[in-house]
Amino acid sequence: MIESLQFEFFRNGLIGGVLASIACGIIGSYVVSKRIVFISGGISHACFGGIGIGYFLGFNPLFGALLFGVFSSFLMGEASLKAKEKEDTIIGVLWAVGMSLGIIFISLSKTYAPDLFSYLFGSILTITESDIKLMIFLDFFIFISVILFYKEFLAICFDEEFSRVRGLNVGFFYLFLLFLVALTTVLLLRVVGVILVIALLTIPSAIISQFFHSLKKIMLFSVLLGIFLMIAGLFLSYFLNLPSGATIVLLSSFCYLISLLLKR
Amino acid sequence: MNENVIEIKNLYVKLRDMVVLEDINLSVKRNDFLGIIGPNGGGKTTLLKTMLGIIKPYKGDIKIMGETPEKGREYIGYVPQYVFFDLKFPITVWEVVLTGRLNRTKYFKNYSKEDKEISEAALKQVEMEKYKNKKIGELSGGERQRVFVARALVSHPQILLLDEPMANVDSPREKEFYELLKKLKEQEKMTIILVSHDIGIISAYVDKIACINRKLYFHDSKEIKMDELMAVYGCPVDMIAHGIPHRVLKEHD
Ligand SMILES: Nc1ncnc2c1ncn2[C@@H]1O[C@H](COP(=O)(O)OP(=O)(O)OP(=O)(O)O)[C@@H](O)[C@H]1O
Ligand SMILES: [Mg+2]
Repeated sequence: MIESLQFEFFRNGLIGGVLASIACGIIGSYVVSKRIVFISGGISHACFGGIGIGYFLGFNPLFGALLFGVFSSFLMGEASLKAKEKEDTIIGVLWAVGMSLGIIFISLSKTYAPDLFSYLFGSILTITESDIKLMIFLDFFIFISVILFYKEFLAICFDEEFSRVRGLNVGFFYLFLLFLVALTTVLLLRVVGVILVIALLTIPSAIISQFFHSLKKIMLFSVLLGIFLMIAGLFLSYFLNLPSGATIVLLSSFCYLISLLLKR
Repeated sequence: MNENVIEIKNLYVKLRDMVVLEDINLSVKRNDFLGIIGPNGGGKTTLLKTMLGIIKPYKGDIKIMGETPEKGREYIGYVPQYVFFDLKFPITVWEVVLTGRLNRTKYFKNYSKEDKEISEAALKQVEMEKYKNKKIGELSGGERQRVFVARALVSHPQILLLDEPMANVDSPREKEFYELLKKLKEQEKMTIILVSHDIGIISAYVDKIACINRKLYFHDSKEIKMDELMAVYGCPVDMIAHGIPHRVLKEHD
C-alpha cells in the first residue's frame, strides 16, 4: 500500500480521483434532485464525438470533448426548454450522433488510437500533471459558480414557473447548469470514461440524498463519499489487478444497493 | 386614485391550436377584490398565466400596471393552482418562502436580513412557522398550499393572483385565510384576484365577480346574470346557484 503511493502515476490517479469527486458531488446533487440524469448521460456520451475529432485533427481529445460537451448541453437544454414533448427523442439522437461521430473520426485518423479504450472506460492511472492542472481549474470554476448562484439554481430546480414569475432568467440558469454538467463530464473523462461518467455523477448523491434534506448537506457528503469510493475503488483495483474505472463504478453501485436496503 | 392596474383588451389565447380564451376584455382597478368563477377547463388558470406572461397571447393586448406582463409581473404575487415538484426534492419550507424574495435580492448575494424578517413574518401569517425547517415534500397538501401563499406574500405585491388557493385547506383555516385577504385589501391596499369554485365564499368576500368559460362575462360589479351563468356552466342555474344570495344573482336586464 505504501509502496504503491510512491509511484507517481498512482499518486496522480489518487489526486485526479479526489478532484473528480469534488465536481461530481456538487453537480451530481443537482443532477439527482432535478432529475436530469438522462440529459447528463446524453451530454457525456456526446463528448465522445469531440474525442474522435481531437484524434483526427491531432489536438488534445479532452478539448474536443469539452467543445462537444458544451455544444450538446446547449442543444439539449434548448430542446428541454422549448420542445418539452420531443426532449427525450432529441437527447437520445444527440447521444447516438456523438458516439457515432467519435467512432467515425477515430477510424478515419491514420494513427492508431491506443488509448481509445481509456476514453471509453477511463484509466485513472494515466492521468498526467497537465490533466491535473485542467481538473483543478474546472473544479475551481464549478465551485465558484455554485457559490455565486446557489439560490438561483435552487429556485429553478424546485419550481421553474415561479422562478420565472419572480423575474429570474430561467433559460439562462438552466443552460448554465447543463454547462456545468458538461464541465464535470470532462473532469471525469480520464477517471472513468464517457460510458461510466453517469454512474459516478449520480451514485454518491443518490446515496446521500436518501438521508439528508438540505441540498448543501447533500453536496458536502456526496463529495466526501465520492472521495472515499474513489480511493477505495482505486486500491481495490490495484490489489485485484482489475480496470480502475469499472471497479470504482461497481463498488459505488454496490454501496448504492446497500443504502437502498438500509433505507427500506 | 382609480387607475386600472390590469387592463386586458380583445385578448385571444390559443393552446395547441385550440382557442382557450376568446375576446377577453377586463379592467381591474386598484384595490379591487375580484372573484373569478367558471367550470373546469373554462380558462381561469390560463387567464392568470397570461397576466403573468407565462402564456403568450395569440392576439390582443394585456397591460399590468401599464407595462407588459413580463415587466409588470414584478408587482404580482402568485399562488398557483398546482405546483408540480418532486416530493423528494431537498428544500425546506424556509427556503421555499425565501424564493419569493428572488427579485428583491441581488445576484451573487445571499438573502438579506430584511428578506429573512419578511419571510419569518409571512410564515407566521399563514401559521406555518413551526414547520420552517421541514422538507416541503413532507407536508400535507393543505400545509403546502399555505407555504405557497406565504411565498407569494413576501414580495410585498401590489396585485395578488390566487388560483384556488384553499382547495385543500380545512375550513377554520380557510376562514382565517379569507380574513387575511380582507385585511391585505383594506390595510395594504392590495388588488386581489381570486379564482375559486366555491361560489359561496366568492360572494361573501369579493366585491366584483367575473364568470369565464372561454368568454368572459364581467360587469365591473358583483352581479352575475342568470342567463350568462347558464351559458357559462351549460346547466340550469339552480345546480350551481345555491350559495349565491339574491342580491348577487340578477334575472335579466
Ligand atoms: N398546456 C396546455 N396545452 C393545451 N391545452 C391546454 C393546456 N393547458 C390547458 N389547456 C386547455 O385549456 C383549457 C383551459 O384550461 P385551464 O387550465 O385554464 O382551465 P381552468 O378554468 O383553470 O380549469 P380548472 O377549474 O380545472 O382549474 C382547457 O380546455 C384545457 O384543456
Ligand atoms: Mg385551473
